[in-house]
Amino acid sequence: MKTILGRELPDYIEGYGEVTPFQGAFKDARIKTRVAVKLTSVNPSDQKVLANLEEAFDKLNLKDGMTISFHHHLRNGDHVLNMVVEGLAKRGLKDLTIAASSIFPIHEPLVAHIENGVVTGLVSNYISGPVAEAVSKGKLKKPALMQTHGGRSRAIESGDLHIDVAFLAAPTADTYGNINGVHGKAACGTLGYALSDAEFADQTVAITDNLVPFPACPIQVSQVFVDYVVQIDSIGDPAGIVSGTTKMTKDAVALIIAKRAAEVIKASGLVKDGMSFQTGAGGTSLAVAAELQEIMQREGVVGSFASGGITGPLVEMLEAGLFKTLFDVQCFDLEAIDSYRSNATHQAMSASMYGNPHTKGAVVNCLDIMILGATEIDTNFNVNVTTGSNGVIIGGSGGHSDTAAGAKLSIVVTNLIKARLPIIKDQVTTITTPGESIDVVVTERGIAVNPRRVDLIEKLRMTNLPLVTIEALKIMAEKITGIPKDVPTLEKIVAVVEYRDGSVIDVVRQIK
Amino acid sequence: MQKLRRSMLFMPGNNPGMLQDAAILGADSIILDLEDAVSLSEKDSARILVREAIKTIDYSQVEVVVRVNPLDTDYGALDVEVIARVKPDTLMIPKANEQEIKLVDQMLNQIEIEEGYVPGSIKLIALIETALGLENVYNVIQASKRVVGVLLGAEDLTSDLGIERTKEGQEIFYARNKVANACRALKVDSIDTPFTDTFDCEGLAKDTTKAKSLGLTGKSAINPRQIEIIHSVFAPTEAELKHALRVLDAMEEAKKEGKGVCSLDGKMIDAPIINRANCTVDQCIRLGLISGEDGAR
Repeated sequence: MKTILGRELPDYIEGYGEVTPFQGAFKDARIKTRVAVKLTSVNPSDQKVLANLEEAFDKLNLKDGMTISFHHHLRNGDHVLNMVVEGLAKRGLKDLTIAASSIFPIHEPLVAHIENGVVTGLVSNYISGPVAEAVSKGKLKKPALMQTHGGRSRAIESGDLHIDVAFLAAPTADTYGNINGVHGKAACGTLGYALSDAEFADQTVAITDNLVPFPACPIQVSQVFVDYVVQIDSIGDPAGIVSGTTKMTKDAVALIIAKRAAEVIKASGLVKDGMSFQTGAGGTSLAVAAELQEIMQREGVVGSFASGGITGPLVEMLEAGLFKTLFDVQCFDLEAIDSYRSNATHQAMSASMYGNPHTKGAVVNCLDIMILGATEIDTNFNVNVTTGSNGVIIGGSGGHSDTAAGAKLSIVVTNLIKARLPIIKDQVTTITTPGESIDVVVTERGIAVNPRRVDLIEKLRMTNLPLVTIEALKIMAEKITGIPKDVPTLEKIVAVVEYRDGSVIDVVRQIK
Repeated sequence: MQKLRRSMLFMPGNNPGMLQDAAILGADSIILDLEDAVSLSEKDSARILVREAIKTIDYSQVEVVVRVNPLDTDYGALDVEVIARVKPDTLMIPKANEQEIKLVDQMLNQIEIEEGYVPGSIKLIALIETALGLENVYNVIQASKRVVGVLLGAEDLTSDLGIERTKEGQEIFYARNKVANACRALKVDSIDTPFTDTFDCEGLAKDTTKAKSLGLTGKSAINPRQIEIIHSVFAPTEAELKHALRVLDAMEEAKKEGKGVCSLDGKMIDAPIINRANCTVDQCIRLGLISGEDGAR
């Protein structure tokens, strides 16, 4: 069977199940059920604090084949996932599925557990580093399930992704299981990706290196969702958690792309009081924020909110009065953490509130302008951020598909040529985000608008911006790089790429 | 219409990534450098790289200038021989003197015949960076019809003079005047020396304003982020444009009324004022700030 984008998919994928092919960004709007949670109530005399992880393992109902979950707020500094999996492996457990909102290079020890059968399934929104390579090489028994940030919450809340035990890295936890991310040596700010896990898992364990007397203040994850609390020496390496200060790029080409993107935003007519904006933490994306900041200041515009993973530059815009509030699902740098800790208008949001399509309205639905990246774009504006051009998994949607679907104006900013490769192709290696959600592609050599956006094309024609068709952009790049050969893959499906609504938008096959 | 030469951006000739993107950085001209930016061990490879870049990459939006090595080195003549055959817009000749310009002119005559290019189509920019070259700048420009501009190289010049190069630039006051005047006299462009502190935007704006006030028509850049500042200094201000259009309107009005002279705001408008107004309007048309029709009203 085929998706609406023409990708051929099997009806059934071993280790995944029956396939519902992607039929369009909003084709799955119907009445949904939120799953009921089985819980063991805690009585007044019960103690939640356990001596160590081993005691927690003793108390938990551990069994082969279970699904355990982790959030990724400690990013490439996370110690918790490796420690827990190592402990479970020592106990002889096998056939585990790891549902981690993201997986980073620090999780390399997982590879050995994948190879020896302790871990046979992965569910994640973003996988990079050695684990991604292992999956791409077909080492994982079941196909990895790649979701979006909003899609993961949807899956958890609908019961599609049932979590047996959630292990929550907690920068601060009190003795009764209240958690926050703003205090402690591994402070990471908001905990947006931990909330659905805590709420919907059968059992939840807080793992902290900063145990404080009850009650912790503030409380970001409530005691009502937490079964046990375990104190360990270190949940993470601060150097890997935050990037310190997120710096503006000095790259001349990136700055040109950013300037043009800002001009597109301005020409769209969306720069006005009450506007909302989101951008990534990459160099070009942040440069767009800086350009937009200048335009907003010049024109005296006060926006409503900026959202997403929050960085210093967005904090600066909040403090300059350019936005009334921030919706922060995760803090990317120390400035964001400090701001969240001290400024009440810097608000946290859960991943579900951020992007879950099956709620009474996610924040992405309220978003005017979204700046996105891309590894590849095809001439139908479909975007790949899941695999590299060699077919190896290098990331995943994260919030890409969620925000693209929600925002009024989704702009992809990218160099037309990266490391000798043209970015625009007839077919992307993997479709992560459908072209129907992408409005504009801004490169250093020209700007292509999705033909669906006739209104935007008309507005941009009034400017001096270099408008071209996406096909013309493709030819421009290929004139310099030549046409790259297709990279052949094997038949075996190593990852299933789920759209935010749970339909399958593409699959990743094993590399040769 | 003659292309503007407000900004000329130096790009190292041995960096493929930079050569690939050189045309899109916003400069009026790019100077693909085979001289100072390239170490001795890379002279050959850079020459080949620049040759291939000119053949392959679409530089149609900018003037492509290649700075060759000095003619008294082992590389200069070979640079001219190899690069001219792929027809850059312009060659830049370092440490220029009459002799060098004449020599290159002859080489280009021959190459243009052999390659079937329009005779005289490859232009020259003389890099004035010695005391002798500076004193001789008028003759240097006259040494070939190909010379379309002069670039003042203050680092080498002050080194030749044995004086300190400063941010304030008082030491090159004479050189700037001399170059500006000779270029104006012979109707070629005069390009100021680069401002080397690439992080000091305010300093760059000041330095560029100073050069403009002395009559130089453009400025070289060593970093893409300098281009926008240079362009903003060389663009006429809105007030200047408004005034120029009023001057031309008043003149037209006087003509219609059969008056030989006219006045604006109580001041007499004479030939130099009209000339300046025409220059301002012409530049605004070239910058796309107004249409030709607006300027010709």
